[in-house]
Amino acid sequence: MERIPILQMGEFLMVTIQVDMHDKLAMSLQDDLTERISRKNAKGVLIDISSLEMVDSFIGRMLSNIAAMSSVLDARTVVVGMQPAVAITLVELGLSLKGVRTALNIERGMALLQSIRSSQQQVEDSPIEQPYA
Amino acid sequence: MNSPTPEIVPIRSESDVVIVRQNVRKWSISVGFSLVDQTKIVTAASELARNTLIHGGGGELKSFLLQEGNRKGLCLIFDDQGPGIPDIEKALQDGYTTKGGMGLGLGGSKRLSNEFEIKTEVGKGTSIKIIRWKA
Repeated sequence: MERIPILQMGEFLMVTIQVDMHDKLAMSLQDDLTERISRKNAKGVLIDISSLEMVDSFIGRMLSNIAAMSSVLDARTVVVGMQPAVAITLVELGLSLKGVRTALNIERGMALLQSIRSSQQQVEDSPIEQPYA
Repeated sequence: MNSPTPEIVPIRSESDVVIVRQNVRKWSISVGFSLVDQTKIVTAASELARNTLIHGGGGELKSFLLQEGNRKGLCLIFDDQGPGIPDIEKALQDGYTTKGGMGLGLGGSKRLSNEFEIKTEVGKGTSIKIIRWKA
């Protein structure tokens, strides 16, 4: 069966959607990503949709689901490269992509994931307060 | 005035929904739509084709290129012989869904079109017509 490849870059996973996805392909990407986040202990997911000429409610729901599932698995999702015509249409369609972080391009998306990650690490590295010590 | 013979695309599987999108893109380019208008009608067609498949149990899309004087447009008609829509008002409400979707298909595609018309009969089927005119 056709699959969308998932690349790994350190703690992050990256997906570039380059085909016009039918619904089952979108669902399998959602499942594959969730499984990979958990197996690789990934901390971020970057989804490049710059080749997508259309995002309808099904693909929009897939993006929201990926963001929600990755968040439960302690990873952040950033969607990058949305074409302006797609953004205009999404709003008119009534989709707000709640909970999905976006960035203009891959470079900014990666920077966003890295900055979220380093602020997380600062919290993890700070000594645990022991109020009754 | 309609073009004499419509083009017909069957909607029987998920890959047909993709084929609908590709055809609507091709037709909207031939009408001369801007990129934003192309995207709007392709997205509306994707929603309606999925409805035809999931709710109507499959059907077909007929398309007509329209020309009224200087005005050009694209008319898409989605037909199915499915169960029909018992309550159109409700079906058009955002967030109303009977099959676990987002409930944006009908209302959303109406917003993305210039003209929108539903004919439906319970037990007989549904026909949805949308038109987008070249701006």
